Amino acid sequence: MRKLYVMGIESTAHTFGCGIVSSNGEILSNLRSEYIPSSGGIHPREASQHHASKASTTIKQSLDVAGLKLNELGAVAISLGPGLGPCLRTGATVARAIALMIKKPLIPVNHCVAHIEIGRLVTKEDDPLVAYVSGGNTIVSAYSDGRYRVFGETLDIALGNCLDAFARSLGLSHPGVPKLEALAEGGKNFIPLPYVVKGQDVSYSGLLTMATRKIPEVNPSDLSMSLLEVAYGMLAEVVERALAHTEKPSLLLTGGVARSPRLQRILKAVCDEHSARFYVVPPDLAGDNGAMIAWTGYLALREGISVPVDSSYIRQRWRLDEVEVPWRR
Amino acid sequence: MTLIKKGAEAELYRMTWMGRDSVLKRRIKKLYRNPDLDLYIRTTRTSLEAKLLSEARRLGVPTPIVYSVDLKNAEIIMSFIPGSPLKKIIPKMDRESLHETFSLVGSLVGRLHKGGIVHGDLTTSNMILKDDALFLIDFGLGDHTFDLEARGVDIHLMRRALESSHHEVSKWAYEGFISGYGEIMGDEIKDILKRVSEIRRRGRYVEGGR
Repeated sequence: MRKLYVMGIESTAHTFGCGIVSSNGEILSNLRSEYIPSSGGIHPREASQHHASKASTTIKQSLDVAGLKLNELGAVAISLGPGLGPCLRTGATVARAIALMIKKPLIPVNHCVAHIEIGRLVTKEDDPLVAYVSGGNTIVSAYSDGRYRVFGETLDIALGNCLDAFARSLGLSHPGVPKLEALAEGGKNFIPLPYVVKGQDVSYSGLLTMATRKIPEVNPSDLSMSLLEVAYGMLAEVVERALAHTEKPSLLLTGGVARSPRLQRILKAVCDEHSARFYVVPPDLAGDNGAMIAWTGYLALREGISVPVDSSYIRQRWRLDEVEVPWRR
Repeated sequence: MTLIKKGAEAELYRMTWMGRDSVLKRRIKKLYRNPDLDLYIRTTRTSLEAKLLSEARRLGVPTPIVYSVDLKNAEIIMSFIPGSPLKKIIPKMDRESLHETFSLVGSLVGRLHKGGIVHGDLTTSNMILKDDALFLIDFGLGDHTFDLEARGVDIHLMRRALESSHHEVSKWAYEGFISGYGEIMGDEIKDILKRVSEIRRRGRYVEGGR
């Protein structure tokens, strides 16, 4: 079969990404531009303006790096959700325009599925339990009967959201998590904070509130260490429960927070206890990126999945477990 | 003493205690956790579980009988329940027995909630069917509360556990659960189910808005 090239466009949150993959699983390019808020958290409108202003150069560079012209693409994949409305709309508009221009299929991709699929591609691990942790998501998932089922998730805010917001309250600049971890290295005394595991789910909002409230009272290193211990410990517990329950042979850690060395060490220890293999998605593919959308788009295209441009609506709340993944059957 | 199960949180050993067929549940140290946090989690859950197991029995919910508690080592010795976890039996059940069984589960959870207890981890691994009696185990994540939110989370977790582990029959099982639960809770169920759907929407991504 002739090689097919798929472009993927990602714009669910702070990152505008454009990646190109080939049908045999090569990542030919993976460019991105990240919106960094001048203060506070992500502002959806500002982020979407950032995406609109960076889209054309990011896409051009992605084609240049891949050594391809637009009309050599076989399809365009777009991350239609879940995510922030204004950001999603910007990416979708760009992807629709390209698909119409080159008269090739537009492929709808769920952002969470893409994080899992790129991990499966690069680790070559076929059927892992997945811990997907980022600024917007905290999900423990495994494949069963046609879909990625959710075995545990956050009941409120995401792990990355909790850590980022706390880091900002401490006055640490973006990206906050590595600085928070460095600060935590000096922590000696454990300060009790709300550890909330409900069944297989976690809740981080009470932890964030309590930790933020304690900032004026206690040593920042102790507090950071305690926050990270509690936050990662909660995730480790639900991962361990899911590992025992699903009996999957391995764990795949993906999403932006997968870059944390401390979290990696903890989850590796969990896997060792259950004789499971542990994999982490490499840093350039762990965070939001276009290559993961392109690759998942290719998998979907192979199953005949595409969407007419005039009904390619964005889906801000598109759950992982709503998506059929026929390529896994 | 023989190891019968190594779960995520605890090890279960079958043993004889004062001549009785028993189970020793030991919450194991997690080396990946901060030692202070680890000790806190293991002792509070052990103490809570021992209390809730006994209190649930008094509310008419079958649970193992607690014989002995050792907080320092996070150990509970309790009666052994010869039976199978519901998780293993569900695949063999037809729709009717599924409805009947989960209606029973629902009424037991209703009795807990009426009595001021939430279980905190309602999964089909934590329910043991012995003849016609259904035993609830694993109360370590439970709580003493009449709170609407805690009750709602309990029901939400049950539903989610069914959807992830028994998706092909989850609809029938959940319907059965709600009918049994409703019989005990009466009018209170309206507010609880309203809260359940709120909790579901609160999850990061569920269509239908917040």
